[in-house]
Amino acid sequence: MSDRRPVPPSLRRFWRNRAAVAGLVVVVVLVAVAVAAPLLAPYAPEAQNLRERLRPPSGAHWFGTDEFGRDVLSRVLYGARISLLTGLVPVLSGLLVGTAIGLVAGYYGGRLDNLLMRVMDVLLAFPSLLLALAVVGALGPGLVNAVIAVAIVAVPGYARLARSVVIATREEEFVQAARALGARDPRLLLKHVLPTTLGPLSVQATLGIGFAILSMAGLSFLGLGVQPPTADWGEMLARGRRFLPDSAWLLIFPGAAISLTVLAFNLFGDGLRDALDPRD
Amino acid sequence: MLAYTARRILGLVPVLLGVAFLVFTMLWISPGDPVVALLGESAQGISSEALAELRQAYGLDRPFLVQFASYLADVVRGDLGVSVRSSQPVLTEVMSRFPATLALAGSAMLVAIVIGMVFGILAAVYRGTIVDHVAVVVALLGVSVPVFWSGLVLMLIFALYLGWLPASGFGSWRHLLMPAFAVGFSSAAFIARITRASLIEALRQDYVRTARSKGLSPSVVRLKHALRNALLPVVTVVGLQFGGLLGGAVLTETVFAWPGVGRMLVDAIRSRDMPLVQGSVLFVAVVFIVVNLVVDLSYAALNPKVRYE
Repeated sequence: MSDRRPVPPSLRRFWRNRAAVAGLVVVVVLVAVAVAAPLLAPYAPEAQNLRERLRPPSGAHWFGTDEFGRDVLSRVLYGARISLLTGLVPVLSGLLVGTAIGLVAGYYGGRLDNLLMRVMDVLLAFPSLLLALAVVGALGPGLVNAVIAVAIVAVPGYARLARSVVIATREEEFVQAARALGARDPRLLLKHVLPTTLGPLSVQATLGIGFAILSMAGLSFLGLGVQPPTADWGEMLARGRRFLPDSAWLLIFPGAAISLTVLAFNLFGDGLRDALDPRD
Repeated sequence: MLAYTARRILGLVPVLLGVAFLVFTMLWISPGDPVVALLGESAQGISSEALAELRQAYGLDRPFLVQFASYLADVVRGDLGVSVRSSQPVLTEVMSRFPATLALAGSAMLVAIVIGMVFGILAAVYRGTIVDHVAVVVALLGVSVPVFWSGLVLMLIFALYLGWLPASGFGSWRHLLMPAFAVGFSSAAFIARITRASLIEALRQDYVRTARSKGLSPSVVRLKHALRNALLPVVTVVGLQFGGLLGGAVLTETVFAWPGVGRMLVDAIRSRDMPLVQGSVLFVAVVFIVVNLVVDLSYAALNPKVRYE
């Protein structure tokens, strides 16, 4: 007799999607690289060596060196830490706040719902990068403020999604039954309604990570996010462009790293969505 | 259609008020004294008595809502304040930069529509073949590659290595080509995805089967019957993409030293020129809202079902 549980169909659908699996593999590798950066990097990311400045890729420096003689490979590897962190933190914070707003708005409805959703409409009325710039413009440039900005941009999307799921769930029998059994609102929301939103929200969050990484890299590229000398891909591009066309490696490697990371999260997110929602 | 238009315009009033409120609040959530934020670097070394006088002169000692009301009244009159750095009215500054941004966003939109639709149609018609796979990969790259990077790579190849186009600056269509491609490419990817999905859906419909069984040629069926109906969702996406284009323009303007509103905004944030930051954010947001309204209205004109909902 076998005690193996059957594989859920959504998981089977996911594993059959080669692009999604490839995305997941790259994401796992990136996380491993970020965690193991100190072991993998041949040099310290901020170690300067002015005698070795602007050297093209070689055996000693696979990705070349920058204008301070810092090893580009080491900086790209360490950059994975900042990129993944600044992709995850705004998404998780946006998810937390957005879901709370969506739950409350969808569950209680009425005036509160109306007010909260109008606020979300106002946030959505801005092009997303403009909203991020407005927040950074108000709070001032810097890593923390840029993360706050990207998180605020993410909030309305999650709020709307959570609200729509809650409205569909509110009148379901299991919620009615729990209410009839005397469950209070907070318990109902957290134990019965919240779980129904997790599937759609996790898909949106996975796709959101790619977008957050792009936005953060953009802000850092503009000099408004991660500040030097921290190894960050967007900031590396901003400085590297000054040494074109002779030092093209300063442009190629950090840019390819951002693109690969975002591509991996997009493939993974697309695959998750297709696996959980087989209608397409 | 007139009633629908009026309803949509009325519906925008609270959104516009909210946008103005958020922009107004920027001054208050910025760390430190609002009067210092308004004065920028010139506030350094001013005595606290002088600051108090200036606070009164700017009306910053009045209650918050009174200040918002007077801000709103100024904005409606076209008074967005005075730039700290240039001492010019903010509206004058923004308007002098806006044509460049509009030219960039407009031509990027053109690039996005042409490339996006061609790839989308090819992918749908040749679904499952190598053409489809290539189109899907290109579309995926378009949403994953940062615009500032694709801009820099284009610059490296076509300006710095080949010398075919000017690396940066403003003035002729040759200056516009690379920034427009860089910005348009990411939106092209979205448009291609929607065109593909929408056309595949349309090709499955009964009227397409009917048209085919009447003996019409496959290309007539695809282009005249299916594509026309498949275009509706594409129109919506094109409108939504305009926001992305404006955002992309901010980044690309910096890459190509393009003298648009985006670059001005970034410079204003760096130099803490608060009135200019607020004015440019408000201006671009309002442009975005108006463009979306126009897209919505044209969508309603194309699709009568929308008007009667």
